[in-house]
Amino acid sequence: MHSFGYRANALLTFSVTILALMCAMASLSDNLNSPSPTSQIQILNINWFQKQPHGNDEVSLTMNITADLQSLFTWNTKQVFVFVAAEYETPKNSLNQVSLWDAIIPTKEHANFWIQTANKYRFVDQGSNLRGKEFNLTLHWHVMPKTGKMFADKIVMSGYRLPEEYR
Amino acid sequence: MGWIGDTVDSIKSIQIRQLLTQAVSLGGYLFLHMSKDPIRAGEIVVFNVDGREIPIVHRVIKVHERQDTGEVEVLTKGDNNYGDDRLLYAQGQLWLQRHHIMGRAVGFLPYVGWVTIIMTEKPIIKYILIGALGLLVITSKD
Repeated sequence: MHSFGYRANALLTFSVTILALMCAMASLSDNLNSPSPTSQIQILNINWFQKQPHGNDEVSLTMNITADLQSLFTWNTKQVFVFVAAEYETPKNSLNQVSLWDAIIPTKEHANFWIQTANKYRFVDQGSNLRGKEFNLTLHWHVMPKTGKMFADKIVMSGYRLPEEYR
Repeated sequence: MGWIGDTVDSIKSIQIRQLLTQAVSLGGYLFLHMSKDPIRAGEIVVFNVDGREIPIVHRVIKVHERQDTGEVEVLTKGDNNYGDDRLLYAQGQLWLQRHHIMGRAVGFLPYVGWVTIIMTEKPIIKYILIGALGLLVITSKD
């Protein structure tokens, strides 16, 4: 019971167990954080709004996105992935979520930001339902930890509406 | 429903680097979980494309869910990629359906997968390890 092999094995098992325990504690410490992020999104302009040759509506818009996500960062935070999605309902689809813009926030200092941008990804419907369509803009964040559980949440902003006519 | 642990080995790490270069470093161990909850934008999913044997771990950026059947069509993209995954899907395929998706990534343990990576990259280490273990077994007193 005192050979090198047995002792090396015992040491290795113990170290891996401690490592796993430390990772678990680091991850659990994230639950102590109660984040209070804020955000506002303004649609500055509808750049164009057309029915594409394949029959689906597409719209290009410019938005002003402000957010303060500093309270999401803990010492166990590697980075935060943030994105803005348009959410709406159509007769065929109970839910449509279309990501319009996203970014990776590497540190807390970058987490209080303001950006004016056109949609990064194409806002295309399945069909031709977007004229006069009311939709929500949701700001989602996904916190990637250095170790442990990822968590995500969102802020829903409602009251947006697309034009009645193509332009 | 079940937990699948999935080691990021040298081949899968290419996709991982595309998705989350800073987030999931080489050698990380990604925890996957599949539940009946509907798939929503922002979730990181693992999926297989017909004809490709290596699963891809990317984020859902578009969701269209049918009123009548509840079935869902999603589009994915690696966070650090410029374009979406349509180039990766099968010929003519524009969307992923639920049956393509094997699980969601829910958590992460760094560095744990390094043992597998080292053994895959340098097979000689695998042989040395197995040889040493075999030797230990043979020479142990009881």
